Amino acid sequence: MQEVKLIKGNEAVALGAIRSGCDGYFGYPITPQSEVLETLMELRPWETTGMVVLQAESEVASINMVYGGAACGKRVMTSSSSPGISLMAEGISYLAGAELPCLIVNVQRGGPGLGTIQPSQADYFQAVKGCGHGDYNMIVLAPASVQEMYDFVFDGFDLAFKYRVPVMMLSDGIIGQMMEKVVMSRSRARWTAEEIKQMSDSWATVGKPQTRARNICSSLELDSQIMEQRNLALQARYEEIKKNEVRFEEIEIDDAEYVIVAFGSSARIASEAVSLARAEGLKVGLLRPITLWPFPSARIAELAGQAKGFLVAELNAGQMVEDIRLAVDGRVPVIHFGRMGGMIYSPDEILKALKEQSNG
Amino acid sequence: MKETLIVAGFGGQGVLSMGKILAYAGVVQGFEVSWMPAYGPEMRGGTANVTVILSDKPISSPIAHEFDSAIILNQQSMDKFEAQVKPGGVLIYDTNGITHHPTRTDIEIYTMDATEESARRNMARMFNTMVLGGYLAVRPVVKPESVVEGLRLSLPERAQSLIPANEKALQKGAELIKK
Repeated sequence: MQEVKLIKGNEAVALGAIRSGCDGYFGYPITPQSEVLETLMELRPWETTGMVVLQAESEVASINMVYGGAACGKRVMTSSSSPGISLMAEGISYLAGAELPCLIVNVQRGGPGLGTIQPSQADYFQAVKGCGHGDYNMIVLAPASVQEMYDFVFDGFDLAFKYRVPVMMLSDGIIGQMMEKVVMSRSRARWTAEEIKQMSDSWATVGKPQTRARNICSSLELDSQIMEQRNLALQARYEEIKKNEVRFEEIEIDDAEYVIVAFGSSARIASEAVSLARAEGLKVGLLRPITLWPFPSARIAELAGQAKGFLVAELNAGQMVEDIRLAVDGRVPVIHFGRMGGMIYSPDEILKALKEQSNG
Repeated sequence: MKETLIVAGFGGQGVLSMGKILAYAGVVQGFEVSWMPAYGPEMRGGTANVTVILSDKPISSPIAHEFDSAIILNQQSMDKFEAQVKPGGVLIYDTNGITHHPTRTDIEIYTMDATEESARRNMARMFNTMVLGGYLAVRPVVKPESVVEGLRLSLPERAQSLIPANEKALQKGAELIKK
């Protein structure tokens, strides 16, 4: 029989970690994601799967522990909320530079600064455009349900190891704190030391045999010519990711004259706005980017040929809307609708914003 | 079937737990459920509310702007949520601490003196299940046996022994509610 649990998004991440064969979690408490660490401590996976769970002294320490674990070829992760992710930014850039796979979960809260403990989506730019310094990208997955917070732990690790890049799960205080049913169908064991050696011997610090030079996991290279080559190799990998890994979901899009674009929790609220609009006979559809990087730009460009306009609903001052405008390239109007600082819009508010656009 | 309920009051009244018990009862009956809390940093005091949706179809938005039912447990929540009950919907409130009673005529309004009754019976900790009992008497969205199963699933192990007392509180709540 299927195992179904009623749990919070944050608890789903903890269970997903244990069941996806995670080797180590390193974190530091912060609202609204503290249940990830709390649940792991309560479940004591070190007694069952052997997974390490450690509360570090700070976010800076957590992300560097992730670096250490990843360099050993292990499946390792951390989670935090907005201000904590800012503290991790340096370490994330180093992970990207050293080509190390890992999973970072951000359960966003309102900012800037310490901001508020209430939900927000104001870290889109941080996740997608930057975070740390240098030319790098993370694969960014945006869950819109508690089920996806469970599943994306598995997908996140898979993508991280497929391309040897950091992967971020960009959630928020709505999905992290709400409870829904989760089908716990996926489950797998941790890799054995032998399996890790076989898979990652070419790059990880798994012990040096006589037959090859030692592996060094570092982002430092003082020779500019070599450093440029490393950058070019990274960029080539990013192109590969853009080609293969774009994911999105569409609702009522076939005959849509107006397209709402929303990710994560906003997509849930927007999908109800679509139902309300359809009940009034308005041809409205929803595009939900599941990967925020790589972004479904090609699909949005295609829809710009069909739609009269786009409404981008996000719980921020207007961030993803910039990527929509780039893809639409001025062919039809693109407007933004958002709330900030922990305030949340309801489905009817999104519909009202859309009607104002279509009339104006 | 789709029931969108908000339970709103002070932190410490058991608002979130009440929603949780109902959500678990919904799962027992095979409904889709969502439980969406909103509260401040305080462990006690401050306002707290939870939106619970039970539906026989997948739930799109866990955030609602209008509710089929509202359980109101303080004045601040009354001020905020009375207007958000759908016409024809149900508003249940505990009269304790309410200075401005609801005035709408297009909804069904019920009262419960559960704060007083639970204190008098020395069962203040079961205040929330008492209120839940009242709600289920007027909105039987789940069966009583599912609620008991919901209690079993949602209460921590140390509180499992309190299930019979909670069952009594549910029954008492059903007797207590009045128009």
